[in-house]
Amino acid sequence: MDRDAVASHIPRLRRYARALVGDRYQADDLVQDTLERALNKLHLWRPGSDMRAWLFAIMHNVFVNQLRGRRPDAAELADGVEAIAANAGSVDRLEIRDLQSALMEIPAEQRAVVLLVGLEEMSYAEAAKTLGVPIGTVMSRLARGRERLRHLMAGTQSSPSLKVVK
Amino acid sequence: MSSEPSETDLHAYVDGALDAAHRREVEAHLAANTADAERVRAWQDQRAQMRALFNPVLEEVVPDRLRAAVVPKRGFPYALAASFLVAGIAVGWLAKSFVPSEPPVGSTASLSRRAAVAHIVYSPEVRHPVEVGAAEEDHLVKWLSKRLGQELKAPALSKEGFELVGGRLLPGESGPVAQFMYQDARGQRLTLYVLRSNANRDTAFRFSQEDRVSVFYWVDGKLGYALSSELPKDRLLTVATAVYRQLNP
Repeated sequence: MDRDAVASHIPRLRRYARALVGDRYQADDLVQDTLERALNKLHLWRPGSDMRAWLFAIMHNVFVNQLRGRRPDAAELADGVEAIAANAGSVDRLEIRDLQSALMEIPAEQRAVVLLVGLEEMSYAEAAKTLGVPIGTVMSRLARGRERLRHLMAGTQSSPSLKVVK
Repeated sequence: MSSEPSETDLHAYVDGALDAAHRREVEAHLAANTADAERVRAWQDQRAQMRALFNPVLEEVVPDRLRAAVVPKRGFPYALAASFLVAGIAVGWLAKSFVPSEPPVGSTASLSRRAAVAHIVYSPEVRHPVEVGAAEEDHLVKWLSKRLGQELKAPALSKEGFELVGGRLLPGESGPVAQFMYQDARGQRLTLYVLRSNANRDTAFRFSQEDRVSVFYWVDGKLGYALSSELPKDRLLTVATAVYRQLNP
């Protein structure tokens, strides 16, 4: 049963959503939206293909749409603008962050990659497919996300302009 | 990778994506380059901490609303909604035909049914579960009190593990109805349905099972209340008792 297969992914979807969104209820709301959309589109899923990648891709789309709906500028956080956004607030706050709060401070697009690779253990190719971006973009987001996290957690000022390789 | 490993190589090393030969080259590089070694160590720590933080989510009980989302034919209970409609029409017809001196037999029963339907319609809502959120609780309570023409209270249920989500105004059989929604740490929701009662007599707690929704309902002075949830009956009774006590201090 395809529905059972979808259900078997719920714990992993919840884990990723919790880390991505931070708040427990909002994370479960995101999972619920994802499941509902997945069931509506279940006929589009090709048996034999990777259901996890399919579900995570749906979740990513729902998440991005929610970000766009919530804050008009959020979609811009993808690349480029993020350096300004992150710098604006972080200059005078150099205390040490724990991972959870540091995660919420990095741009959502970088957070998604860091989590898909580090937590969900996707290969770079799988992460690229899930997010619908080239592998090169995955690599640059991963590199920037991890460096930003490292600086936030060490309490040192990050220097996003230093290594912006795309 | 004969020269220095690239940034990508370092990440691939952290993520176990390198073959043995490349891994050894990166290790040799890290042994000689403390700055890179420190960065790689920090990234490895991030991975480890991420798992320590979020892997426990995998062990959590999946909330009912998420399980319900993938179970077929357990979405909206059309049968209940339809029977409610029939009951509503019947009660309306009875009320008109007999002009009864006492409220029709079905009136408190239809209270529980209406409350259950309202619960079923709004409690699974993700984006718009309420019209006015708990952040504007004062405004919410004032607004609903004004519309019902009766002073209302949104009981505080945090001792019972529930926080106010917010509330909304609904059309009832003969006027406006207020619905307050609460949620516990597992995302389990309950709704308190409040309307003006013409019954003019208090009733004891009554219980009704409407499909998978449990409802405790009662009439107290000028207001009728129904507390609906998919919680087990005994747990809902505890909450209903708390609600009753707060409304009758």
